[in-house]
Amino acid sequence: MPEVKILEEVCKGCGFCCDNVCPVDILVLSPDRINSSGYHPAIVTDMEKCTGCGYCFKICPEPAIEIYK
Amino acid sequence: MKKIFGRPAGLTETLQRYCPGCGHGIVHRIIGELLVKLDIRERTIGIAPVGCSVFADEYFNCDMIQPPHGRGPAVATGLKRTRPECIVFSYQGDGDLAAMGTSEIIHAAARNENITVIFINNAIFGMTGGQMAPTTLPGMKSTTSVKGRDIEKQGYPIRVCEMLASLDGPYYLERCAVDTPKNVIRSEKALKTAFMNQINNKGFSLVEILSMCPTGWGQTPVQAKKWLGEAMVQYYPLGVYRDRSKEEK
Repeated sequence: MPEVKILEEVCKGCGFCCDNVCPVDILVLSPDRINSSGYHPAIVTDMEKCTGCGYCFKICPEPAIEIYK
Repeated sequence: MKKIFGRPAGLTETLQRYCPGCGHGIVHRIIGELLVKLDIRERTIGIAPVGCSVFADEYFNCDMIQPPHGRGPAVATGLKRTRPECIVFSYQGDGDLAAMGTSEIIHAAARNENITVIFINNAIFGMTGGQMAPTTLPGMKSTTSVKGRDIEKQGYPIRVCEMLASLDGPYYLERCAVDTPKNVIRSEKALKTAFMNQINNKGFSLVEILSMCPTGWGQTPVQAKKWLGEAMVQYYPLGVYRDRSKEEK
């Protein structure tokens, strides 16, 4: 089962991964979490659905996403 | 559990100081991966531009030089001729390559120097505050064209790939974008070809990458990503403009 890990301190909350990139649409910008730079990082809503395709990693400018399989 | 995607060893651990949604980070990640995949990190010399990515020497985990504005191809020529065993890449933005460095890039391409040039086109001067660049689209607003670029007064944009394709010199020219995962994967392939051409001593390779600048364009990152796919790609069509490996066959 693949697992997406989002490095919250690295994420700048651009929202690229949350915008029509994830084929199963499980990434959203967290409305209540905030990192030390003041950005709302992306979070995974339902890890069970993840297919490990890596699209979120490919589009991430930081990269603040790690995928384990 | 094995890590299948993550920060490549070709990048340092330094956090990049780019704005949220800047395309530079994606291209940095691709180059960082290629340095490891092609096993060239130990013998690569990168050339940082003047612009937002002027601190690229802190981000790439290889030797770096930072020459004056636009002189990347000239410095790369000198490095490659004196140290032919090294892999030399010049990383330049559109203000650097298409404004101040126009003569350097044209002559380096005409001479078919065995270097790799990565040209980030975001249609604006990002670092200095969103001024009009030679690549700014007609009608596009910037801090020095507040009513939109007027082609009567400010002229037409420069299409670098098409301009260089009119020369006989260059070996490989391609234009890609980084707005969707599909286009990012295409950019990965193009950059790999560009580095492989240099490793195989083929000659001059330039990959132009259309990138977003949400801060300079006055848009949110997601709006900028969409605008790139809709407006910029229309003016700067993606594709291969020169590939002499196909002509040789």
